[in-house]
Amino acid sequence: MKYVNQPVRKTDAMSLVTGKPVYTDDLAPKDCLIVKILRSPHANAWVEDIKTGTAEKVAGIACILTYKDVPQKRFTLAGQTAPEMSPDDRLILDRHVRFVGDAVAIVAGETEAAVDKALKRIRVDYRVEAPVLDIHKAKDNPILVHPEDDWKLKIPLGGDNKRNLCASAVEEHGNVDEVLAKCKYTIERTYHTKANQQTMMETFRTACYMDHFGRLIVLSSTQIPFHVRRIVGRALDIPASKVRVIKPRIGGGFGAKQTSVSEIYPAIVTWKTGRPSKMIFSRYESMICSSPRHEMEITVRAGADENGIIKAIDVYTLSNTGAYGEHSSTTVGLSGHKSIGLYRHTEAYKFAFDVVYTNVQAAGAYRGYGATQGIFAVESAVNELAHKMGMDPVRVKELNMPVEGGPLPGYPDVPYAQSCSMDRCMARAKEMMDWDSKYPCRDMGNGKVRGVGVAMAMQGSSIAGVDVGGADIKLNEDGSYTLALGCTDMGTGCDTIMAQIAADCLNTPMDNIVVFSVDTDISPYDSGSYASATTYTTGVAVMKACEELKKKICKLGAEMMEVDERKVDFDGSCVFYDETIDISDGADKNAAGHMTDAEEGYRVDMDAISSEGAQKKVSLKDIALKGTFFNNIELQVVKQHSSPLSPPPFMVGMAEVEVDTETGSVEVLDYVAVVDCGTPINPNLARVQTEGGIAQGIGMALSEDIQYTDKGKVRNNSFMQYKIPTRQDIGNIRVAFESSYEKSGPFGAKSIGELVIDTPCPALAEAIYNATGVRLTELPMTPEKIAMGILKNKSEQ
Amino acid sequence: MNINFWLNGVNRHAEIYPDTLLIDFLREQGCFSVKRGCETANCGLCTVLMDGRPVLSCSTLAARIEGKKIVTLEGMQREAQEFGSFLANEGAEQCGFCNPGFIMNVFAMLNELKDPTEDQIKEYLAGNLCRCSGFVSQTTSILKFLKYKKAQEEA
Amino acid sequence: MLKIKSYVKVNSLAEAYELNQKKTARILGGMVWMKMGNRAISTAIDLSGLGLDTILENDDEFIIGCMTPLRDLETNEALNTYTHGAMKESLCHIVGVQFRNCATVGGSIYGRYGFSDVLTMFLGMDTWVELYDAGRIPLTEFVNMKKDNDILVNIIVRKEPLLACYLSQRNTKTDFPVLTCTASVIGDEARTVIGARPARAMVVEDKKQILKNFRNMTKKQKEEAIEAFAEYASENVPTSGNMRGSKEYRTLLVKVLTRRAWEAVGGMKNEY
Repeated sequence: MKYVNQPVRKTDAMSLVTGKPVYTDDLAPKDCLIVKILRSPHANAWVEDIKTGTAEKVAGIACILTYKDVPQKRFTLAGQTAPEMSPDDRLILDRHVRFVGDAVAIVAGETEAAVDKALKRIRVDYRVEAPVLDIHKAKDNPILVHPEDDWKLKIPLGGDNKRNLCASAVEEHGNVDEVLAKCKYTIERTYHTKANQQTMMETFRTACYMDHFGRLIVLSSTQIPFHVRRIVGRALDIPASKVRVIKPRIGGGFGAKQTSVSEIYPAIVTWKTGRPSKMIFSRYESMICSSPRHEMEITVRAGADENGIIKAIDVYTLSNTGAYGEHSSTTVGLSGHKSIGLYRHTEAYKFAFDVVYTNVQAAGAYRGYGATQGIFAVESAVNELAHKMGMDPVRVKELNMPVEGGPLPGYPDVPYAQSCSMDRCMARAKEMMDWDSKYPCRDMGNGKVRGVGVAMAMQGSSIAGVDVGGADIKLNEDGSYTLALGCTDMGTGCDTIMAQIAADCLNTPMDNIVVFSVDTDISPYDSGSYASATTYTTGVAVMKACEELKKKICKLGAEMMEVDERKVDFDGSCVFYDETIDISDGADKNAAGHMTDAEEGYRVDMDAISSEGAQKKVSLKDIALKGTFFNNIELQVVKQHSSPLSPPPFMVGMAEVEVDTETGSVEVLDYVAVVDCGTPINPNLARVQTEGGIAQGIGMALSEDIQYTDKGKVRNNSFMQYKIPTRQDIGNIRVAFESSYEKSGPFGAKSIGELVIDTPCPALAEAIYNATGVRLTELPMTPEKIAMGILKNKSEQ
Repeated sequence: MNINFWLNGVNRHAEIYPDTLLIDFLREQGCFSVKRGCETANCGLCTVLMDGRPVLSCSTLAARIEGKKIVTLEGMQREAQEFGSFLANEGAEQCGFCNPGFIMNVFAMLNELKDPTEDQIKEYLAGNLCRCSGFVSQTTSILKFLKYKKAQEEA
Repeated sequence: MLKIKSYVKVNSLAEAYELNQKKTARILGGMVWMKMGNRAISTAIDLSGLGLDTILENDDEFIIGCMTPLRDLETNEALNTYTHGAMKESLCHIVGVQFRNCATVGGSIYGRYGFSDVLTMFLGMDTWVELYDAGRIPLTEFVNMKKDNDILVNIIVRKEPLLACYLSQRNTKTDFPVLTCTASVIGDEARTVIGARPARAMVVEDKKQILKNFRNMTKKQKEEAIEAFAEYASENVPTSGNMRGSKEYRTLLVKVLTRRAWEAVGGMKNEY
């Protein structure tokens, strides 16, 4: 392998570091109408009357749309495979506005100044109603967030809009109460994680224009081009075939752009006016009306026997989806499925949840997708249980962690842990942190105490049996390849990763491969980049496509040499004839088969080259050229791949903090992350994913907080008030890999993107506890909570 | 109103509104490297050099560049290639959206501090947010670049 | 969005003063704060052509022009020597270098913002503001004056022999402070300033004269005085809650930061 498992540069790196105009707003047509939204000042209100007359008279205004102007079929903005799991609970503009910031009117005009002026002139009479703001009081509250009769859940998951319930279910294996009753040590705790903003540096943005066929072109910063095509079609009530979505480079996503937050507004403007338009979300809008992490309150009961074996885990999650239900029924599932599975000896487990509607901005997908919340709760509970038992939490985890070939209780998407090196991750992390000499704490003698903490995590690799990866590879006239993809590089480098895989499969230099992504007219179908799916799923699609293309190249080569096509092979630069070869006709194989093919292919190639002297061969360039005249063998292959499994990647995170015991200030001195993502296709990119995920997790753990006024207005509506970590806030992050080999993934790879945000919250909570004796169960863990906790402990002593 | 200024070494005149912000003006002039990440002067994405000092173009009136020398990444392509390749080698560029402002401030730092320590680097660049990288690889890139520059000088 | 009808880069302070008498006129500082508002300004008055962006030092005082960027104060050697590094400490946590290159000391002081590190620092010295019309006024007085149409021209720091320590508590490194504190001995006067309460910075009046004659106390006397004064400050400095911290937490911080700052000034601790 020349490229796989190598830290190659991203193919687009130099354009990015030299500031080339490659993002949506850089590429938007210059004559775009500016689109802005008039937003509701109320958390729950009905538009009784809306007057736009004087606003329309502002010079330069092209159109003003209200609820009267939009299709009346409800849809969801969640980017999920059809039939979407999220409820159809939206209109582009609704008479009923359900949170402070909900869209009331769309204004489009020639200049921003004209649009701002018009926005001020729109007169709205609201009938203001009391909002539902408390998650505990939402279920069965007489005030309904979605009282409408056309609310629809296509896949019933216990949701009922007449109860403010978006989803509700109970899963149980064994009898938790019975097993807990027999446990020597038990714990019950409730944890509270807040909504968090992804805060990718490029806010939501979309430009639209009509093409010469009368189709709507949507140029958008999105993780889900193919879903956006469907969503825009449904929202505008037009066939999806009328919509073409193009994704340029995008400035980060982290799940935020797995919801179609910005597309529908310029789309309807351009569809109605025929004119190009664009909507660039301000940071303020990205803070108050986007798709943040679901706030969750998670109650965990866990029990262990006298030997430290965890026997039972019970998780109940109350999740807040806000005003609309995007990703709500699916995120909540991960809070149980990805946390209970970390403890392999459980004899009984139970997982129940309610997802409620409230009158705050709708939640959505954010890296970790519910697992982050669930793992904070379960890992914190087990850590606390370890202290009750008088055991080092590391020891308890060593006794109970997932092992290769062992079970993953409550995790339905693999029959057992078929690739897992959690044990090695823990051992390496312990060594890197020098855990045994640092646990639990060291008093530095100046009012500062250092403590260490640990957490494990797992995630999935794609949505089992759902996600589809696509790859379209063709040989060009000059012997180069074009690899068209539908997965969405959002800075993560998946375009490069796919090129690495293709280059190794085809035994060709990477710069001989042009990667193209994404245009829904041209790219092969792909679910998009989310659910930690791309490397694992699309990677295999690329391998399949390359294998098939090699066969076609061989076939054409054989035809050119006038030899039996079963007696030729391809080494990347030539197809050569070898009478000793006997390649059986490649019938359809499964993913694993293709992977083996690719690897064995090399060995055959290398042997052939070294052993043969003068042989009959034809060069790739000649074959490529032959492909362009009098040829009936298409040198292009489109392949898709879907996995029935979602093999989890695993990791261990260890944090060392220094707490100022008077002010409660926390310094993260050191964070050690040891990851099993299977084979890292690009170790650089995998490492940076980890560093970035840890930093985001530190933000969630220590400072990021969305607070609301008692009227339901977001208080943290800017980077001034919503504090993400700066480079001074995160300390040292050290990453290592302890790879297992996942047979169903490309070259043994599993996912990494989401997993890496899961450990900081529980590891830091534990480190703070070890330093101070204060056990925090609510995020973020601010200096105030710590200082006040220390005082409280003192006064109780 | 009219202004006279230098943009990336070229003397220019332009007509602007009194409330035009420098960021919007520069993008109109084709300097698309200048990005907006917030409205509250917190993110550093819009950093450009004004008479050699790094400033936030989102918080500077275009009217105030009268007689001044403005430099954006478009005007430092050679330097961007050179330093940028160190970022690229670490995978530190990630989504790239914060890169131009970050790189401009790195250049400002290197002008101001001869041989910055890791702590000084973190302090000088604290006003440049990045959500992808976790910053570690950015710091590594800078330290490697400094080493390379030093070796170059010594040679 | 900020709307400006006309922009005038004035040639004299007299011109600026005249223009500023209109209610909707505004003197421009560094713009970092002003541009966030949704205000409409009829005349934006720019003083940047008047050479008011320098730090001058003579035998008796520092004269700091109102347009001096915060970054210049932070890196000014003489000021930092005079304040024992407190000046830099009070500034280096404010967002980032680019921000501090834009923000001006005049804008910070004139605004008399509650969260202001700058105000807390300057109140801890013998600082005067020089107004175009009203002339020189002690900062301790100016801080409580209503905003009017006068123009803040210079900030003057009189070079009394100074001991000083600046401390702040922040939830993240470059966030607004949850509390700020300057402890200083100016000549013979022991002064404690608490800011970001979250109301604007105030000088803590030492009614019991606990810190009187601090310079000449023995180490033991200092320790006792500091302990007593920290307690006194926490009882007497009004605080309240906002999204960064509760009233109770701020009161706790008043005590901790006051004690620590005085310990540093008294030479008991080097740093925190």
